[in-house]
Amino acid sequence: MKTYHPLRELTLARLREFLREPEAVFWTFGFPLMLAVGLGIAFRDRPIEIVRVDVQQAERAQDVVAQLSSRNDVVVALHGEAECRERLRTGKSALVVVPGDPVTFVFDPSRPESALARARVDDILQRAAGRHDPVRTADARVTEPGSRYIDFLVPGLLGMNLMGGSMWGVGFAIVDMRVKKLLKRLAATPMTRTNFLWSLAGSRLLFMLPEVAVILGTGMLLFGMPIRGSWMAILTLAILGAVSFAGLGMLAACRAQRIETVSGLMNFIMVPMWLLSGIFFSSERFPALLQPLVQALPLTQLNDALRAVILEGAPLASQGWRVLGLVAWGAVPFTLALRWFRWN
Amino acid sequence: MTAAGTAAPAVRCRALTKHYPSKTGLVHAVNGLDLEILGGECFGLLGPNGAGKTTTIEILEGLLAPTSGDVEVLGRQWGRHDDDLRQRLGISLQETRFQDKLSVLEVLTLFRSFYRRGLEPSDVAALVGLSEKASAWVGRLSGGQRQRLAVACALVGDPDLLFLDEPTTGLDPQSRRQLWEIIRAFGRKGRTILLTTHYMDEAERLCNRVAIVDRGRVIALGSPADLITSMGGAHVIEFACASGTAIEPAALAALPSVRDVVAGAGDTALTVSEPHVAVPALLGLLQAHHVELLRLTTRHVSLEDVFMHLTGRHLRDEDVSPA
Repeated sequence: MKTYHPLRELTLARLREFLREPEAVFWTFGFPLMLAVGLGIAFRDRPIEIVRVDVQQAERAQDVVAQLSSRNDVVVALHGEAECRERLRTGKSALVVVPGDPVTFVFDPSRPESALARARVDDILQRAAGRHDPVRTADARVTEPGSRYIDFLVPGLLGMNLMGGSMWGVGFAIVDMRVKKLLKRLAATPMTRTNFLWSLAGSRLLFMLPEVAVILGTGMLLFGMPIRGSWMAILTLAILGAVSFAGLGMLAACRAQRIETVSGLMNFIMVPMWLLSGIFFSSERFPALLQPLVQALPLTQLNDALRAVILEGAPLASQGWRVLGLVAWGAVPFTLALRWFRWN
Repeated sequence: MTAAGTAAPAVRCRALTKHYPSKTGLVHAVNGLDLEILGGECFGLLGPNGAGKTTTIEILEGLLAPTSGDVEVLGRQWGRHDDDLRQRLGISLQETRFQDKLSVLEVLTLFRSFYRRGLEPSDVAALVGLSEKASAWVGRLSGGQRQRLAVACALVGDPDLLFLDEPTTGLDPQSRRQLWEIIRAFGRKGRTILLTTHYMDEAERLCNRVAIVDRGRVIALGSPADLITSMGGAHVIEFACASGTAIEPAALAALPSVRDVVAGAGDTALTVSEPHVAVPALLGLLQAHHVELLRLTTRHVSLEDVFMHLTGRHLRDEDVSPA
């Protein structure tokens, strides 16, 4: 007679359900891949930012156009006053130059490309008028792998995906089974709670491996992102992150009776982290007042630790506090979820 | 039916109550219910929606805690021998939706893995007639097939005691007969079954004994035959007369072999022990009073009649709020 292991069978059931759901597979693997490729292309190799400048029709306008056209980092066009304003307002140009004395720059200073265009155009016009710079300067451009935006982005996407995958994967599965009264039916068998909850966490860990491979693989192969730390350290962090967020997902789902309820709860937990935890830009940009909160979030800890290991080659031991933080963020919700769990 | 050597009752509960708070006050879903189910018998809890059948069976299954009362299942108690009990019980809830994207065999294997001993999943699939669907996804099964899968999940641990909560509700006649055969086959092995139903014919065909439950209490207990006999006659004559004409109930009650008279709006029902005596007497009486007969039927007494006799309501009345 065959032997049957409940933990293995429960985990297998989760894996089969997941792999037989094409949408779930896409959102877990395809979506982060597309996001990484899309953002990577958007932020890739921008040697010089080209600014679009309009010159307003006026006396001596042709001279200004000629001076600006000599540069390859400025695209210049000549238009009437009304059209210039319209193009500026709709973002087709960054700056309007009104020739005369003084030469007037019309622009919105809060638009970074407008500020850049103003400085650049002013510089060109001053030099053309014969200005001499008293200090000699030289540029050294930083473009080596490891310090570009895409290098910063990929570990953040990995963290975001570990969070989303674990929370949705575990939270939805639980509430779906509760809605179907399958949880109640399982509670009527000798199945142990521990096996049930571990099967959810375990199946998450198995899904996580290809996720990590897809995201880091894209970064390495497509963008030449370096992996400076050890793979063991990266994998350990990924496991910690996946289990930790699985605990939060269980907590969100432990009593919810409807899919809508658990969706709301999980968004309530995840949206602040999408904003604050440094996925797309560094979390250090937030004001000092917010920093204690920002740094306490599990996704901040995961992202910062992943970046330190992947980009700086930091050993896992140097990330002790972040690791401890992740363990706490997993253990406390898991314990609460176990206590409050509702089977029917 | 053999009692499988168990003299002690398989299920015993005494003074069972379950109260729920609700918007309109306290709901007494179960209100002082006593039961004793013997080992090896098929026992039916019969009653209308909201009578407290599901609440009762879920307390016995250890899924709900009673407000008060004693419960003993297979000589053990919930809260003290839970794992031991769960290993020996097979349960089919009123509605369970298994994972749509798992196959019949995968679901059965999953449930099998929870039990220390049990049947082979493929054998159970054959037992409930799902061998051909063994590799089909649950989402592709018909209602009857799903219900058979639910019963198969209850059987896969080879239980001593089987709980079935409305196993055939909503199924077509053929699916119902298939399930009855599965339940009978389990009973033939000498195992104990407790099922709830609001179908009379189901209880009459399957159960050794039934308890009629109404408003959270047992209002009648016995074998279907005993309960029917308790009505005083085994047959019912129903007839209707042309409007404006009627016969005094007292005159009907005086007819030979008539045990009971229920005069309805148009129809009149007589409970009789010997229809071949009662029918000619009735026809003679109608003729003597020049009453025109519109319709006359005779049939066997059913549990429905017993329920109506006891409560004055129909079993299938839907106006009772579910518990």
